[in-house]
Amino acid sequence: MGQNITSPDWVVKVTGLTKSFGNQRALRGIDLEVRPGEFIVIFGPNGAGKSTLLNVLAGIINPSSGSILIGGRSLQDNAEEVRRQIGVVSHQTFLYGNLTAYENLEFYSRMYDVPRCEERIEEVAAIVGMTSRLHDRVSTFSRGMQQRISIARALLHKPAIMLLDEPETGLDQQAIAMLWETLHADGAEKRSIILTSHNLERGFELGERLLVLDKGKIVYEVFKKDLDLDGLKTAYQQSTRVSQ
Amino acid sequence: MNFWRKVIAITWKDALSEMRTREIIFSVLVFTLLVIVIFNFAFGTSQEVIVLVAPGSLWVTFAFAGVLSLNRAFIPEKEQGCLEGLMACPISREIIYVGKVVSSLLFMLIIEAIALPIFAFLFNLPMLSLQVITITVLTTVGFVAVGTLFSALAVNTKAREMVLPILFLPIVVPIIIGAVEASGLALAGESWASFSSWLGIIVAFDAIFLVASFLVFAFVVEE
Repeated sequence: MGQNITSPDWVVKVTGLTKSFGNQRALRGIDLEVRPGEFIVIFGPNGAGKSTLLNVLAGIINPSSGSILIGGRSLQDNAEEVRRQIGVVSHQTFLYGNLTAYENLEFYSRMYDVPRCEERIEEVAAIVGMTSRLHDRVSTFSRGMQQRISIARALLHKPAIMLLDEPETGLDQQAIAMLWETLHADGAEKRSIILTSHNLERGFELGERLLVLDKGKIVYEVFKKDLDLDGLKTAYQQSTRVSQ
Repeated sequence: MNFWRKVIAITWKDALSEMRTREIIFSVLVFTLLVIVIFNFAFGTSQEVIVLVAPGSLWVTFAFAGVLSLNRAFIPEKEQGCLEGLMACPISREIIYVGKVVSSLLFMLIIEAIALPIFAFLFNLPMLSLQVITITVLTTVGFVAVGTLFSALAVNTKAREMVLPILFLPIVVPIIIGAVEASGLALAGESWASFSSWLGIIVAFDAIFLVASFLVFAFVVEE
């Protein structure tokens, strides 16, 4: 189970990370450190490499070079152990439409070896406010409800790190508010979060440290306390224009 | 034990999903029965002709039914990014491969279990003998082992319905030839010894391609 990462300084340390798909270089030397409980937001235009970066950090795809340490362990050498510490919420829900919400959560509980999974499923369903719909098929849910079950899926194993890849895509304002409420529940204060987003306002509101990724490189990095939203907008425009 | 618990969880999830939609079993079964009936009419009532063409008809039917079934194997995993969801889990890629092989094998064996008695009835041949059943099961194992790997490869391509048979059928030609020859001898009432060499080829194919596909699967899904 997650939340047993004890490194005092950082939970994620990425050094010289690159990823290429054939001749196309999606990530070009990413260096990043994430401290325990820190909320990092990564902005960037389409094709900047945000999803690729999160997919590599989640252990879904392998990097071409560089090292990733999560909780002091190398992702490349201890992939299964490290993936146990990570929860992923994407714009895709990772849910099987023909199964009920309960069956989906039960399936993922087995994959993550969640102890007393029935209790935990009830717990996470209550957190996302979906207890009454647990035994309905996911395909009958609205996009917002599917995303709430997707969050429940990601919280099942109490991950120490949450990777959120544009989780707001396709959600209305109410569903977005519910999404962030949910993510702040269930021990979120101990959890490190890396969020990718197009939405500068929302990202600025949520994040502690803000990064801009463009063409596979981190082109701008700042702590929220050091600038305001207008400053972020200007910095975003300048940094993405300069790198073009 | 943990490996097999997770394999069973993947298989159970696929079986449950299939029970709800009956997408694979229903469409493949209709295809299989249609082909059997067409072959039955095409070859007439001469038992000599039927004995000669039955093994080929049987394996042409199963091969194309298999392609149809395997084409669907990874489609539910692509919808809503479920394959990525599985790959983010703390399980080895090999568990995903074995889980998908077991579910595809299960679906194929169910289709064959329904098709063989119908084939036996329409062609008046001993299709339900231990010999034919053994050949069918062993061939299906090899067929599915390779097919699952290529299905994972093809699912990321745009023309996946075309890509799978083009990549996959040339690889399984040896096992299909072995199955046709062994079934022909079994249906002609020959002893086990007469087709043991063909059976040996089928078993060797199963072993080689199960191990090779098991080892290669991680590269296929990660790259």
